[in-house]
Amino acid sequence: MCPGLFGKLYCRHSELSDTAESKLMDSIEKKTLNVDSMTPSDPMNVLIVGVGGQGVIMVSKVLATMCQLQGHTVKQSEVHGMAKRGGTVFSHVRFGTQVWSPTIPKGKADIILALEWAEGLRWINYLDKNNGTFIADTQHIVPPFACLNRKRGALTGYKTHLPGEVLDYVHVGYALDATAIASEIGNYRVSNTVLLGTLSTVLDFPLDLWRRVIGESVPPKTIDLNLKAFEAGRRWAEEARKNGMAPDQSPVIVPDDQPQPEEDNFELVLTLEWCKGCDICVKVCPERCLILNSEHKVELTNADLCTGCRICEWLCPDFAIDVIKTPHEPQTGMSR
Amino acid sequence: MNHQSKAESGESADTTTSHRPMSGNEAFARGAWEAGVRVGAAYPGTPSTEIMENLSCYPEQDVAAQWSTNEKVACDVAIGASFAGARALTSMKHVGLNVASDALMSMTYIGVNAGLVLIVCDDPGIHSSQNEQDSRLYSRLAMTPTLEPSDAQEALDYTKLAFELSEQFDSPIIVRSTTRLSHTRSSVHLNERSEVALKKFVENPDKNVMIPSNARTRHPKLIERVDAFRDYLNTSDLIRWDKGDTKIGVITMSIAYTYVKEVLPQASVLKLGCSYPLPDKKIRDFAASVDRLFIVEELEPVIENEIRALGLDVEGKALFSRTGEFSPETVREAFVHAGVLEDQEEATDWEIQATPRPPVLCAGCPHISSYMSLRNLDARVMGDIGCYTLAAVSPLRSIDTCVAMGSSIANAIGAAKVGNQTRPLVATIGDSTMLHSGIPALIDAVYNDVNITVILLDNQITAMTGGQNHAATGKTLSGDETHRIDFAELFKVIGVKWIKRVDSYDMSAMLQTFREATQFKGVSVVISDRPCVLDPVKIRGETMMVLGEKCVACQACMNLGCPAILWSDEWHDGHHKIKIDSNACIGCSMCAQVCSANCIVAIPN
Repeated sequence: MCPGLFGKLYCRHSELSDTAESKLMDSIEKKTLNVDSMTPSDPMNVLIVGVGGQGVIMVSKVLATMCQLQGHTVKQSEVHGMAKRGGTVFSHVRFGTQVWSPTIPKGKADIILALEWAEGLRWINYLDKNNGTFIADTQHIVPPFACLNRKRGALTGYKTHLPGEVLDYVHVGYALDATAIASEIGNYRVSNTVLLGTLSTVLDFPLDLWRRVIGESVPPKTIDLNLKAFEAGRRWAEEARKNGMAPDQSPVIVPDDQPQPEEDNFELVLTLEWCKGCDICVKVCPERCLILNSEHKVELTNADLCTGCRICEWLCPDFAIDVIKTPHEPQTGMSR
Repeated sequence: MNHQSKAESGESADTTTSHRPMSGNEAFARGAWEAGVRVGAAYPGTPSTEIMENLSCYPEQDVAAQWSTNEKVACDVAIGASFAGARALTSMKHVGLNVASDALMSMTYIGVNAGLVLIVCDDPGIHSSQNEQDSRLYSRLAMTPTLEPSDAQEALDYTKLAFELSEQFDSPIIVRSTTRLSHTRSSVHLNERSEVALKKFVENPDKNVMIPSNARTRHPKLIERVDAFRDYLNTSDLIRWDKGDTKIGVITMSIAYTYVKEVLPQASVLKLGCSYPLPDKKIRDFAASVDRLFIVEELEPVIENEIRALGLDVEGKALFSRTGEFSPETVREAFVHAGVLEDQEEATDWEIQATPRPPVLCAGCPHISSYMSLRNLDARVMGDIGCYTLAAVSPLRSIDTCVAMGSSIANAIGAAKVGNQTRPLVATIGDSTMLHSGIPALIDAVYNDVNITVILLDNQITAMTGGQNHAATGKTLSGDETHRIDFAELFKVIGVKWIKRVDSYDMSAMLQTFREATQFKGVSVVISDRPCVLDPVKIRGETMMVLGEKCVACQACMNLGCPAILWSDEWHDGHHKIKIDSNACIGCSMCAQVCSANCIVAIPN
């Protein structure tokens, strides 16, 4: 199968420094992290992160069970509760001969497995900068919170860095469009199992065991689909290692193709003779800066809050509100 | 994973002996089952919910596990079972103990017949609660011995032991957990269940009936019991002395023990498996054996103060925070500050600007329309505990207060009594919270004839904690059909004169009904009626789409805060047009109802 179909390993061949290149080659040759060389005080640390509903807990349960079956002491810690409601979710998995703290200290994660791109970035400082492996789905899940700025030309609050930038930063990195791979297999929801497949190529656990534990951990109806996803994730990693040194290709993620933020001033012009005090504008104003005054007429309470979004203008049945762009400094107190 | 569905699908818990990773909560349930527990009762509350859910997965002939209407009822159910001669368990979150404490305060005077154990889960760091109170202070108030496991194996072992100790010392026993312990999986060795014979009911009014004359004779016995327990601790394995470097001695317990072992593997450690009472002799011996004595405890300086009261010099909260959850990093930092550890060279952080991702109401959540309507009414809204508390933040921003379970209605009564409120006074409360502790307040409202509106956000499940049944779902913890409370009938009987049920997805009907309700003089109740979109079944409908060319980017739909509605790459007059994520959308159509350009339509099949 052509790896290009599925995603790319972002290795900036032309820009890699000698040391970075040799580090990368090392890790590619070594292929797996040696689980047996761990010392009691130094367990293996895997941080699994994502968004509520993506299956972070399922992935970490699979990994924890694998570790247990391989005879390791394992601790897997998550915090849930509000997580179901689209919040950020993370799960620490630590295994070795002796594990004390259930949480991974910052800078000590051997692997970060990110089910969503921005979540991977949120936790990137938990990764061991010199030896860590970063595996992430390049798909963006934009939270509604990132789309609340109503100013003209506002950008989303979704903060990102391009995969190339991230992979230059980490020791070893895999950035794949696991969601697209999963969709191609039949359901975008198995992207977490695609990532497990990629993870399985950097951890030294028997393949049969992976398949068995996945089979036991997912709903019976979805076993075939999940096993397919697992194989696809493995195949992607193997292909990427083979072809990964190819020059950087166009990234999956492109910056939002948006116009420059407009710096225009605007003025909210209220024609009070036309206002009949229906208060529709008061109710729809996202910034809540309109009120009906004692004369039952609309009034702008706080011009600083007004973003000029025009929703009041559009919804006013009496055409009593106009938002007028003014390229110059505003002249009246009721505008800016 | 939803344990309820596990229970409902008839999947049973593993009853064989083996090793496997278990969460702290699973291990608590396992420990209780192995100890021969026969009755369990709880009200759901993060992080304790899964304890009772897991207990319900064990065979029915072994243990009857149930959801109760609130923590006090649950505690009283367990007390009743203990009276009747069966080992009994109740579990709750820290604030649940506030509710159950009334029963506990008397029960601690009475003692037990068969073993009675309370598992109380604190939430340092306030992951999902309204405060981070320290339950160890309750141990002292109720003079109830309190065990402190530090991992899942100990969660299991200590729970088992707690039943033994309960019977041995004639006392209820608290086993205390924290969010981190409850939600951490670690390897556990499983044993068989020990069948404990049922005891007979003991007719002993002097002990079991707490009238003043009896209570007066029980109080000295309670003090004697604590002294006896202290003597037991001074020789018990519950207090573990990890011998090490005698320059540094650390007294610690619970999950903090694992952090201390992580950052100070060489130090001498006195691990307290019991935080009340304290083993005074062992603490003195330990203190005498080390040069510097530290106490590492999350939250309040409870143990620290008591060690000081023993006349010992100890370093604690001067170094370790009284707020928030500990971690290996914070413990290490404190020991660096104390001069015990050297500062580690830390890699410089990559300054990443993290994307804000707070929890949000789900796509199609029926609560959304309630709060949109309340916003339009310009109401003063007394909120309550549930998912809907999320309506306090942008973009809905329509909750003015949130205190504790069931507080909303009584808060509204109080505000109404003042008589200075010009806006309509509204209490919003969920179905499960209403049953938990809203009913007495509603009776109060009718009784005292105040002018308030109660909005029952009836999504027909305990949604916040992951979809648990309650008395108005018609199903028990194990998924069996049972009697179903009819809210409208209940309110009618209480004496509410104005009750209306309205479809939460019909935005104009919601607004209209709310307006009528607030105009009614007296107590009015609106039942906002739509099931939770996640539980008991995930709801999917015809998904919606945006006709991009018609969208004028007014973003009125963004006022809903629906996570399925996002900015598209297209622009209109400097503003983003809207798109709908068809994977997330469930087709509730609320966005179409508020759209100013009529550009949101159902995707044609």
